[in-house]
Amino acid sequence: MTSIAVTHTRLVTQARRDASADRKFRTLVVLAAFIVLVSLIGVAFSMLWGGREVLSEQGLGFFFSTEWNPVENRYGALVPIFGTLVTSVIALMIAVPVSFGIAVYLTEVAPVWLRTPVGSAIELLAGIPSIIYGMWGLFVLVPMMTAYVTPWLNDHLGALPFIGELFQGPPIGIGLLTAGFVLSIMVIPFISSVMREVFLTVPVRLKESAYALGATRWEVVWNIVLPYTRSAVIGGVFLGLGRALGETMAVAYVVGNTVRFSASLLEPGTTIAALIANDFAEATDSYRSALLLLGFVLFVVTFFILAIARLMLLRLSRREGVR
Amino acid sequence: MNPVQSPQNRTSQRLLRKRSAINAIAMTLSCAAALFGLVFLGWILWTTISKGLVGIDWALFTQSTPPPQESGGLANAFFGSAIMCGLAILMGAPLGIAAGTWLSEYAGARRIGMVVRFVNDILLSAPSIVLGLFVYTLVVAQMGTGFSAIAGAISLAFIVIPVIVRTTDEMLRLVPAQMREAALSLGVPQWKVIVQVLYRGASAGIVTGILLALARISGETAPLLFTSFGNQYWSTDLASPMASVPVVMNQFTASPYESWHTLAWAGALVLTFFVLVLSLLARAILSRNKVRHD
Repeated sequence: MTSIAVTHTRLVTQARRDASADRKFRTLVVLAAFIVLVSLIGVAFSMLWGGREVLSEQGLGFFFSTEWNPVENRYGALVPIFGTLVTSVIALMIAVPVSFGIAVYLTEVAPVWLRTPVGSAIELLAGIPSIIYGMWGLFVLVPMMTAYVTPWLNDHLGALPFIGELFQGPPIGIGLLTAGFVLSIMVIPFISSVMREVFLTVPVRLKESAYALGATRWEVVWNIVLPYTRSAVIGGVFLGLGRALGETMAVAYVVGNTVRFSASLLEPGTTIAALIANDFAEATDSYRSALLLLGFVLFVVTFFILAIARLMLLRLSRREGVR
Repeated sequence: MNPVQSPQNRTSQRLLRKRSAINAIAMTLSCAAALFGLVFLGWILWTTISKGLVGIDWALFTQSTPPPQESGGLANAFFGSAIMCGLAILMGAPLGIAAGTWLSEYAGARRIGMVVRFVNDILLSAPSIVLGLFVYTLVVAQMGTGFSAIAGAISLAFIVIPVIVRTTDEMLRLVPAQMREAALSLGVPQWKVIVQVLYRGASAGIVTGILLALARISGETAPLLFTSFGNQYWSTDLASPMASVPVVMNQFTASPYESWHTLAWAGALVLTFFVLVLSLLARAILSRNKVRHD
């Protein structure tokens, strides 16, 4: 009798201990998840807080002024915002078709045994630290741009009406075009790996029906694969755009770091991230405040771009789930 | 049967030829795109190797960063990077694993879980320089001590966390539900199920996540520029500025001195080698594990 009672109380205390341990563990992991949630809000708020000085002094004019004069404490965000957008757009104009080609190659064209090694090699591009892209850009790409590309662009595209102005500039090699090109190589692995993954989700049935009707490989890709995965492909492009907007070190070396508006892609310019990286550590208080506010702008823009990317990617996986 | 071609037949022949030509062009362009990616990978690696190999010697790992025009190494920077990356993993990994556990085991498909997953995905791709600014205002500006190694480690930890949250979440969800049910039906409390059954089942995946996070932060430059700053000398003080490989590379590359450029490229070679070995290792662990589970 007594032994049963003892066992019973021991079981009860054991159960109680387990329950409390379970509760503690649960609190612990909930707390960790909460930190993840809060850190995103913290990131945005801390920069807005740091930029309050410039924001209250210059108000919304900050976002629409092209003047950038740290000596007189006049700051306008338009030039770095412009540079960020231009370099990212150049990057996407190169990276999107190339990534699409790579994804098609890896899912439709290449012999099966070659797909994994080539795919992994392309993904290795994403692993190379961004500062090494920057050094490569500065020491290898910039001299090549100076010697061959810039003179060629000047001669051939510089004389064209309307777009000619974009391609007129001194042969110094650094500038928005070079920065955009380095960025494009950096975002190719991200965009192509998303495209490749979603291309693989297209039901084989669909593709084979098209082949059976006599479609060529290209027609299958263009008329079957791409429409089926459209939203996710756009998501992948936006993911690449988010990367390109915030990329820092690779751009900082080759963009020229000049806060001045110019119509030519061959002239030096700057981007938000490059400007912050170059000037923040040595900046005075009010200059720091301006850079923090710029950081806030960058964060808000990338937030929305990445949010759109995620929603687009979710759409496809939800459809997958329904099936 | 009839050798004389009808007009319709000729039109369809022409159409077929046109379609085949378009197909051939598209397939060639697709091969060219793959080649484009491979060429730049090879080119960048080749540049790093050819320029970096000259600077690889014993002094690189034993001497500290020199003044311009003098010989030296990157020992203090390697040490600083190791310390800050190690601390970042120590801070970020437990937090990330815990948050990933919540996502997979407690939140499931609930709305709040979706929100956290979404936020984590955004943090995963957020510009690292922005995280550096965040840690600057949070730690460097608040503490009043100025730039410090610990601030650098914290900014790296913010990069580590989303990587590990995501891999932990995904890997735990790959563990078959029967494992959970079997353990729970034996009366094992849930925390023990998670720690002793699920973590063991997903261990390879979680380790992979940690390796990938380490690979990602070891080359990070931007957030360190204004958190840990840099230090010319050997320093073990976590509360003062500390050198790191990427920041030293950044400083040396921007300089006009040839000897500094050589050191920067040597650092780049070591860094690239380290990062690529880590990601290959992560891949190997993952694929070996997959084979075993099948």
